[in-house]
Amino acid sequence: MRFDLSQDQKMLVDTAASFAKKSSPVARARRLRADPRGFEPAVWKQMAELGWLGLCFPEEVGGFAGRFIDLALVIEQLGATLVPEPILPAVVLGGTALAAGGNPEQRGRWLAPLAAGDLLVALAVWERGGRFDPTWCETRAEKSAKGWRLTGEKAWVPGGHAADLFLVAARTGGAPGEAAGVSLFAVDRAALTVEPVTTIDGRRAAMIRLASVDVAADRRIGGEGQGAELIARALETGCAGAAAEATGIAQAVLDMTLDYLKTREQFGALIGTFQALQHRSVEMFVETELLRGHSIEACLRIDEGEPEERSRAVAAAMVQVASGGRFVARQGIQLHGGIGCTDEHDVGLYFKRMQALSQMLGDEQHHLARFADLTQPARVAS
Amino acid sequence: MDLSISPEHEAFRRQVRAWIAEALPADLKAKAEVDAHFEMPESLRWQKILHQRGWAAPNWPTEWGGPGLDPTSRFILTEELELAGTPPLSPFGLSMVGPLLMQFGTAAQKQRFLPKIISAEEVWCQGYSEPNAGSDLASLRTAATRDAAGNFVINGQKTWTTYAQYADWIFCLVRTDARGKKQEGISFLLIDMKTPGIEVKPMLTIGGTPAFCETFFTNVVVPADNLVGPEGGGWTLAKALLGHERTLIASVGASGRAVRRVKRIAEETRASGRRLIDDPLVRSRIAALEIRLRGLQMANYRALAGAQHGKAPGPESSILKLRGSEVTQQCFELAMELMGEDALTWFNEPGVVPPIEEWVPSSFCYTRATTIYGGSNEIQKNVIAKYILGLPGK
Repeated sequence: MRFDLSQDQKMLVDTAASFAKKSSPVARARRLRADPRGFEPAVWKQMAELGWLGLCFPEEVGGFAGRFIDLALVIEQLGATLVPEPILPAVVLGGTALAAGGNPEQRGRWLAPLAAGDLLVALAVWERGGRFDPTWCETRAEKSAKGWRLTGEKAWVPGGHAADLFLVAARTGGAPGEAAGVSLFAVDRAALTVEPVTTIDGRRAAMIRLASVDVAADRRIGGEGQGAELIARALETGCAGAAAEATGIAQAVLDMTLDYLKTREQFGALIGTFQALQHRSVEMFVETELLRGHSIEACLRIDEGEPEERSRAVAAAMVQVASGGRFVARQGIQLHGGIGCTDEHDVGLYFKRMQALSQMLGDEQHHLARFADLTQPARVAS
Repeated sequence: MDLSISPEHEAFRRQVRAWIAEALPADLKAKAEVDAHFEMPESLRWQKILHQRGWAAPNWPTEWGGPGLDPTSRFILTEELELAGTPPLSPFGLSMVGPLLMQFGTAAQKQRFLPKIISAEEVWCQGYSEPNAGSDLASLRTAATRDAAGNFVINGQKTWTTYAQYADWIFCLVRTDARGKKQEGISFLLIDMKTPGIEVKPMLTIGGTPAFCETFFTNVVVPADNLVGPEGGGWTLAKALLGHERTLIASVGASGRAVRRVKRIAEETRASGRRLIDDPLVRSRIAALEIRLRGLQMANYRALAGAQHGKAPGPESSILKLRGSEVTQQCFELAMELMGEDALTWFNEPGVVPPIEEWVPSSFCYTRATTIYGGSNEIQKNVIAKYILGLPGK
């Protein structure tokens, strides 16, 4: 085992860190909260030119065929200043599903412009009442003369407010809760109703509605009824990316809290000299390092080893995001005191993003249950 | 020892409940139903209705318009109001400066201020913390000097002056003497917010709602008559008041309501076709929260019973702020967990999430402040370690 960065990875990290610091400090994320799009197309294009969007895509679509850990290193650095461009929803969630399930024609048609920064893709798999279970799919796809006809609703589609193309899970067979029978379809924005919604972290998502939408036969991604595995793969990759972003956030909160403890004076002393606060900071540091370890393991296993071990690592990382990551964010506010409870201070922005990351791709209970299912004897059905 | 509540008190509880159901205006009731954030004008409207009934200030003596209730009835009244989710009344006049004036004010000050506090004709805010005087309040620097006519002239800045944007008056700790021990040069002043030289800058909280303000004072002239207690004696008054604020923050009734809401969310939310409330794991998490609340309730009852018999607050009262603030946060943390994906919502148009969930994310964020205001929990622990456990200091 080795955990040091290669020369190429070092360059990637340096570039991303300097981009975050110079081109997208936290003030930018703060300003873009009020923007209906929430990010800037010119910056998105710049990210494409830096090669980040296509980092993990195959070379034939203009990608660099890199490992997921490379993209995760970029995501971690961008997390440190809350860069709002939709890498996680469009590239990691949407891109992974297209790369894993698309045929060569589909990859060329959609993955190439995604890598070039010309097309935004969103993964629309959750439904009201499904609670993080993508197999809870009531949206139906009926066979029609032209291909398929889709009817249903999808909730909390990350980045859906700005997406051009939606990868929609719809049932071609089976019943809600069953993995078999879920298929994935690429649907143009114009064909469906998009209701943008604001999320707690100042970003956007969308509720979407499909009312008898005709979808051509060549727009099914992957085999008929075989979509659940693709979706699981995309979501696990998304979780690994979320863990990487959470690591960048935890580190940033720890750094700004330590700075505060070293400069804020009360009772005639720096508050960093108080033992209670020293111990709390050490706990924050410990949780941040544990999170970093979980994140590295999950991101590496996206490309390596057997699928069950990948799933275990991803579930464990998400539990640490929810427990350790949120502990760091909450204590970051607590140690800043009153100023930390204002909208003016940045620590609250990090706190809210951490909260969103811990709930948007399955919450703590969801990932605990998954981990238990993957590590303990099967439950006897009741 | 005896846990029973007398039939008279039970009857009083029913009477209060029935009155609230009738007296709370429909629009406020609709907001209470979903625990929406109440704006200050709504709280004032409700206070006026309560005042007509004689219930705006359960703890005030009859002399100043209070209902003259025994401590248990006062507690019942407060608890029923909280449980019904009625607009919370601003504590700065009714619970803070009002009682303080009764104890330390001159006859003229009482006559001038108390009637308009209870009737909601005048709104108060609190000028304690400063940018460099938070937990270490005694290091405050807002200066009060005397002019030729004997008036105080105030210069400085106060922060976290909650609801200063609505306030007619502010009670302030100011430094009248910069020499000697820092606690000894502090005085307690009442300042008319309309005085020239006062500037209020509202700030948003992390919950996205306006509550905090910064308040700036530039050569603000305050008549000498507005001094409460002796000059240089403000720290004693400040401490008396802070002790009171700390028990208020226990918010037992509000947390009881929050637990009820958590249960409603669990009943109304479905996960893969099942109600959340039917999930044993969810049930045990809600149960664990409710048990923490019951523990807090007993601490509160013990403190109240002590007060009823005229005893000084015992050790149990010191844990109220500590544990009460944590329970408040845990109620919203659990509500967020139960909401699942809906916990992502933030000030969206109605209909995106069920009404009962709409305000949860904002309150979840804002209640991070409960372990900070009124003396941070770290400070509370220092106080308990030193004064209750008798541990040696440095």
